[in-house]
Amino acid sequence: MNSTDLKPGIDPNTMSIIVTKGSLDWAYPPFILATTAAAMGLDVTMFFTFYGLPLLKKDLSLQISSLGNPAMKMPMMGMHMGMPNIVSAIPGVDAAASKMMKNLIKKKGVASIPELRELAVEADVRLIACQMTLDLFEYSTDDMIDGIEIGGAATYIEVATKSHINLFI
Amino acid sequence: MADQVLDAKGLNCPLPILKAKKALKSLESGQVLEVLSTDPGSVADFGAFCRTTGNELVEQNEEGGVYTYLIRKAG
Repeated sequence: MNSTDLKPGIDPNTMSIIVTKGSLDWAYPPFILATTAAAMGLDVTMFFTFYGLPLLKKDLSLQISSLGNPAMKMPMMGMHMGMPNIVSAIPGVDAAASKMMKNLIKKKGVASIPELRELAVEADVRLIACQMTLDLFEYSTDDMIDGIEIGGAATYIEVATKSHINLFI
Repeated sequence: MADQVLDAKGLNCPLPILKAKKALKSLESGQVLEVLSTDPGSVADFGAFCRTTGNELVEQNEEGGVYTYLIRKAG
């Protein structure tokens, strides 16, 4: 087998994304890429595991944390301001920072995560919830939006063997 | 000129592309969609979108911070 035989018969217009993080900021890359790829004609599958799983909940209350994130500098009063960890650790600071981020998102015409998720569903993006994570964190499928599938590692690997682009976020 | 106009001004990535895709869905092949955007990133993105999907980017220009794209739906 030479290199040109690798992945024979795989449709180049296929993509899978493993979604492992569920904070407001980390929710963006997978949903932006999934919806855009679907708009460009790709068949897209998203596999939600660990902290990515709550992104499938009906009720989304996403937050960011500036704790341990020195790259997070928000535009404020004409400059960019970071948050010292000792301040980030104070109760209520994450909530305030999340509120600021959501205001900024709205102001800049950036889509909300519920909006992007709805567009993903509309575009027939396949959404798979990790069964093990459901068990581990004691979630019920009743907590999750309609139209999702349940699967495990083997389900994902089967998808990955048939996908040209496989991302882990 | 255009068979449909999509005003995507004020929207940020990836909404102009997602809304353009939706609008194209409602057109017949050969018909032309005009998209208005204020997102500077849309210049590279509409090029990439059209090259990948086979829709034809007939024309694009910018005036006063508003980008206009004419996209002919592929057959």
